[in-house]
Amino acid sequence: MNVMSTVRYTKDHEYIRIEGDVGTVGISDYAQKQLGDIVFVELPAAGKVLKQGDEAAVVESVKAASEINAPVNGEVVESNSALEDNPALVNEDPEGGAWFLKLKVADSGQLDALMDAEAYAKFVEGLD
Amino acid sequence: MSASLENDLETNHHKNATDTLKRTPLYDLHVELGARFVPFTGYEMPVQYPAGIIAEHQHTREKAGLFDVSHMGQAVLKGPDHEAVSRALEALVPGAIASLGLGRMRYTLLLNDQGGIIDDLMVTRSLSEDDDGTLFLVVNAARKTEDYAYISENLPAGISIVPDEDRALIALQGPASVEVLSAKCPKAASLGFMRATSAEFDGIDCHVSRSGYTGEDGFEISVPAKNVATIARALLDHPDVAPIGLGARDSLRLEAGLSLYGHDIDETTSPVEADLAWTIGKARRQAGGFAGADRILRELAEGTGRLKVGIKPEGRAPAREGTVVQNCEGREIGRITSGGYGPTFGGPVAMGYVEAGFAAGGTELRLIVRGKPHSTKVASLPFVPHRFYRAKKV
Repeated sequence: MNVMSTVRYTKDHEYIRIEGDVGTVGISDYAQKQLGDIVFVELPAAGKVLKQGDEAAVVESVKAASEINAPVNGEVVESNSALEDNPALVNEDPEGGAWFLKLKVADSGQLDALMDAEAYAKFVEGLD
Repeated sequence: MSASLENDLETNHHKNATDTLKRTPLYDLHVELGARFVPFTGYEMPVQYPAGIIAEHQHTREKAGLFDVSHMGQAVLKGPDHEAVSRALEALVPGAIASLGLGRMRYTLLLNDQGGIIDDLMVTRSLSEDDDGTLFLVVNAARKTEDYAYISENLPAGISIVPDEDRALIALQGPASVEVLSAKCPKAASLGFMRATSAEFDGIDCHVSRSGYTGEDGFEISVPAKNVATIARALLDHPDVAPIGLGARDSLRLEAGLSLYGHDIDETTSPVEADLAWTIGKARRQAGGFAGADRILRELAEGTGRLKVGIKPEGRAPAREGTVVQNCEGREIGRITSGGYGPTFGGPVAMGYVEAGFAAGGTELRLIVRGKPHSTKVASLPFVPHRFYRAKKV
């Protein structure tokens, strides 16, 4: 399976990596660079049902707090408790080991409106 | 994502909006060093360099950090002699200025008639007898206009305040500062804490003081704007010196328990409420005769309804400015005025105002962060012990 082709990004810099009906959600490398040193994350409990755009998690840098929103509708099946003990992992491996939560995707149609990796790279280029 | 990232993106995007921002004489150097800029009190200032806020913070505590604080206001108060000029200023501040020796400096507060804090500032008596009757003021960037107007309106005849827009200001802070600076500017090494001198740095005339805003030993160097880049580059050439942005400046001063104007203190807070009564000397308490003295002397005698305290959140979640502080029964008894993560402390740290009955160290309280209560305790300040220079007794 080509993992790259199944990643989608929001304009607010969340990614969702789809494997089967589960999407792994985190923040992009661009986002972690913009935020700077991450010192705290707050994760949702398994079972929480989220609508697209709902606050799913919180990430705090030295400077300020930001919300991570659900890229699509879904139910939280797991969150990455490793981040609670080591928030700095978000800076080191944002699109790998430092995922925030896994969602059982309720409406896969919503993925179509999100950007693929190439479109997101162009979008980010336009921001600098 | 929302909130801070959005704000950062705003900053990066809208170049047009930043066109009206002023730049310090070190702007080009900051660009070269890879700084990320934010608008701050009308200036485009470096918030961090590529090392990042935590690394910059730690570097300052372990070695030496170089800060551009040229946005701050530098002004000269001039009069016929020290007695006249210091009495004129003492009418507006509760600090003992008349009793300052040559080249001595004091942290004090510019007060309104209600005893509220218009600004906090550093006042230095002239460095030599030749120009006695001069006080050097360093004020907050955001308060320059208000301060100068207020002081000017309240000065007696024969005394004037002259802003010096052609000087830059840099700070070198951290335990290695003295060794780094004395190589280029030997006079600096002999300065005591809160003392200033005129000196040469590689042949450039400057004013050096042993002071700062990090809780560490360190210096501030005031220099003509045209020469500041030369000095900054010379300092950065030293392997122990790294450039430090506003982000780490804020985390360093927060750990040191130092107030930030516009956040921890403002025109509604009095020096007693702000835990700054230590800035009011004994003689001035007895004699009064400064703006707002009625309220402040009363508060010194009778206490105040609220007090600024340190707040240590129990968990990992930072409590930011504006966070509600409750007692254990859930009643709001105060607010956080500065809060974030303390890299040296190794966890969240904050300061805020609480009702006086809840100000004792160790008092258990609650913070409401994103709607949920978090345990906290009143903590003694500073969070990280000060390491200001103290002359060793021989």
